[in-house]
Amino acid sequence: MPHTADEIKEKLQKALEASYLEVEDLSDGCGAKFQAIIVSKKFEGKPLLQRHRLVNSVLEEEMKSIHAFSQKTLTPEQWEKQQQQ
Amino acid sequence: MSAVTRLFLSSTRPTGALKFIRATFATQPGSKEHIESLIKDKKLVVFMKGTPDAPQCGFSNAVVQILRFHGVNEFDSYNVLQDENVRQGIKDYSNWPTIPQVYINGEFIGGTDIMIEMHKNGELIEELEKIGIRSDLLDNPDKQA
Repeated sequence: MPHTADEIKEKLQKALEASYLEVEDLSDGCGAKFQAIIVSKKFEGKPLLQRHRLVNSVLEEEMKSIHAFSQKTLTPEQWEKQQQQ
Repeated sequence: MSAVTRLFLSSTRPTGALKFIRATFATQPGSKEHIESLIKDKKLVVFMKGTPDAPQCGFSNAVVQILRFHGVNEFDSYNVLQDENVRQGIKDYSNWPTIPQVYINGEFIGGTDIMIEMHKNGELIEELEKIGIRSDLLDNPDKQA
């Protein structure tokens, strides 16, 4: 069952209580592709791999049919810093 | 193993492909044991689509280019497109759904996103240092892609 960016956004929002969330649908001939920027307090204290694994587990079902998923995972602090650059 | 195969295996310098073939004959392709034999005691291993000289996917290519940018051209790589068992096996092994996958000292580091982040925040230089590789960027900090 194909997934939409909105469905993915909703799921991530709920599970990660994201303070900022962007999900872009970049699907092409290769298959379903999504790009996401996720800002959540839940990432605090977690190294990159753990953050990505957390997101992967939230989207476990979707991952089965998604061809590619790019994610940037930031804590609210890191997001703030980035915005100021 | 046929005589021709034995000759082939013995006469050529071990390359990633050769180790792969040897490992494939020895254990069930894609199994935990098989994957472990490919990454154990290896400094840097990349499971990708295609080869470093001919990547067949943008994400896999990105990882190769990042490593190249740091001056790293010597590493084991395995083309998962050549074996569906390995393609699935590596995902089961790391419990990670996508390719490419980078292993340093037998430990799963991450995929493209993580490599890009680590490249940007300097963590990659540190990881390379841990395995005795001096990143090119330390000598050429202003290097442009």
